Amino acid sequence: MNLYTTELRRLGKRRFVRYLTLAGLLVLVAVAVGMFLTNQKIGPAQVAEAERVAERDYQQNVAMTQQFRAECERAKVAGDAPRDRFPEDCSSITPPPRDAFQAEWHLPATFEFREEFAETLITVTAVLALVAFVGGASFVGAEWSTGGMMNLLLWRPQRIRVLLTKLGALLSALFGVTVLAGVLWTAAFWATGSLRGSTAGMTAGAWQSFGLTGLRGLALVLLAGALGFGLASLGRHTALALGGVLGVMVVGQFGLGVVLAMAQVRFIESWLLPTYLLAWMNKKVTLQDWAACQASYTGECEPLTRDITWQSSSVLFAVSLVVVLGGAIWSMRRRDIT
Amino acid sequence: MPDVTREAEMAAVLEIEGLRKTYRSRRRGTRQALDGFDMRVEAGQVHGFLGPNGSGKTTTLRTLLGLIRPNGGRMAILGQEVPAALPSVAGQVGAIVESPQFFPHFSARDTLSLLAGAGGVPQTRVMEVLELVGLRERAKDRVKTYSLGMKQRLAVASALLKNPKLLILDEPANGLDPGGIREMRSLMRDLAASGMTVVVSSHILGEVQLICDSVTIISLGRRVAAGPVAEVLAEHSGNGLRVRLEAVTDLPHAADLLTRAGARVTPHDDHLLVYDVDKPATVTRTLAAANLYVSELATLTVDLESVFLELTATAPVPGQHRQVDQSVVVDGSSGDPTTSNGGWGV
Repeated sequence: MNLYTTELRRLGKRRFVRYLTLAGLLVLVAVAVGMFLTNQKIGPAQVAEAERVAERDYQQNVAMTQQFRAECERAKVAGDAPRDRFPEDCSSITPPPRDAFQAEWHLPATFEFREEFAETLITVTAVLALVAFVGGASFVGAEWSTGGMMNLLLWRPQRIRVLLTKLGALLSALFGVTVLAGVLWTAAFWATGSLRGSTAGMTAGAWQSFGLTGLRGLALVLLAGALGFGLASLGRHTALALGGVLGVMVVGQFGLGVVLAMAQVRFIESWLLPTYLLAWMNKKVTLQDWAACQASYTGECEPLTRDITWQSSSVLFAVSLVVVLGGAIWSMRRRDIT
Repeated sequence: MPDVTREAEMAAVLEIEGLRKTYRSRRRGTRQALDGFDMRVEAGQVHGFLGPNGSGKTTTLRTLLGLIRPNGGRMAILGQEVPAALPSVAGQVGAIVESPQFFPHFSARDTLSLLAGAGGVPQTRVMEVLELVGLRERAKDRVKTYSLGMKQRLAVASALLKNPKLLILDEPANGLDPGGIREMRSLMRDLAASGMTVVVSSHILGEVQLICDSVTIISLGRRVAAGPVAEVLAEHSGNGLRVRLEAVTDLPHAADLLTRAGARVTPHDDHLLVYDVDKPATVTRTLAAANLYVSELATLTVDLESVFLELTATAPVPGQHRQVDQSVVVDGSSGDPTTSNGGWGV
């Protein structure tokens, strides 16, 4: 048994990591089951029911309009019509057109796999990235705080090798869990689409697009794991990673957002991390500034826009990874182990 | 045969020369944790490594094992320079440093199994060492349910897992019950008899005197004494004599006579302690010439504890509260100890 397989075993034996992973997977199961239960297939019966409801709503509206108009005319004749209740001219009270009551508005929720599956990949990525970050931080943080790292270094006095092997074990475990979860997730939503919606239009191109989104999600999960691992290793405690993230979220994101809003900075979202996460997953996020009017050829006021692309996200992620992991490696090499 | 030649002939399992470690703190200045420390342990010995709290014992062991980066000096284990050769030599060194620390939610068996996996040791060895330290029945229990003594046993088991040539134990008896201490003593003797070299750091000096072949005493980061236990004790007995007379009332006169004869005398109620005499006969001859007759003349024997307290100047003084790091510095040229406060800011 070598160091890598030992570290994989150690990771698997960590109770917190097991429970955390299980909790994350249960959340995903709950979402998948919820989506299955809240969607249904659209057939002639559902369409007929929706049309019946739309017609019923239209007729009710017509009846109410006629009743209101009659009350208005009676009040005008009697001369005691309250000003704020009825218009000047009762003939202006007319029922809405029939096409204002669309049957499709009354159709039950249905899952269009081609249209909606990409959005669900963001959900699965978010949950697994959180698990990866906390699990990665705990894996190495607990080793530092309980003296396990020191014990291990007495056996394998190769600091960088030990650290990177641990990271490798973590990332490969995350890779395995994410790929497995991704496959099960796809299968679950394919079943939801097949039984509670539609899987029509799934061309090779559509699958390729989902595949690429899934790969970006996988990369994000691995990045989160590596950052949690790196931060906890830098601070030699799990709490540093969790506290650091809390600090970044509260001070760096919420606080920064408030300050930038007060300073009336354009495109505040371009300073906030979630924008880059979304841009990474969706390939592009277009920010709009409605305070700025860009006149179009037709004279309409168009907002000023700024695109955040997955490439800019990748630069941010790469820099974060280099800084955190580089710092952890430097710290491992230079700092005494006491 | 000169000492240097004799030392060269004996295989050194552990050598430390001029080891220095300096801690710098913006707030508290600079502290020399190790100040040119030397140590030598020969093969097959049980070697005691002694020193007061904060004297640099654990820093030395951590530095030796690659956990702390030294500022200078030379170290070698089994003839190989460390830390450069640590990866190759680590498989032959078992160590526990300071208090035993293990992941509390793993069982003893899992803990050792993971270490064995990391070190390439056969898994069958895990139960062997757990049996050896008396933890076989509790092998599946989580470490967090263990007492300090049981954790200590587990730590020793982890150090023995590799079947090392050099075993370094930092306070192995810490937390052990009397039976456990005796078992530990017996275990160390057996290991040494099997050819293993054992370096043991302990504050239970009676134990050290019982089981160790040689000792190194450190104070404020420097070696203040080293060598076989018997030699260290002999060097620091001071050739003192306890002298009793037939009549206690003659003691002041006897003290006066001996002082004039060049001896250093410390009077007590019913006897005198006499130092710096070339041989016991000098005392009897001097006193007999003045018609004072000796009823008891005995060479003073010292134990390791008193030598330790003398060398490190850490003996308790009534009415004083000694601070950690308040110990002794030995001037390398004269060998005369001078007390110093070696804390931060030295």
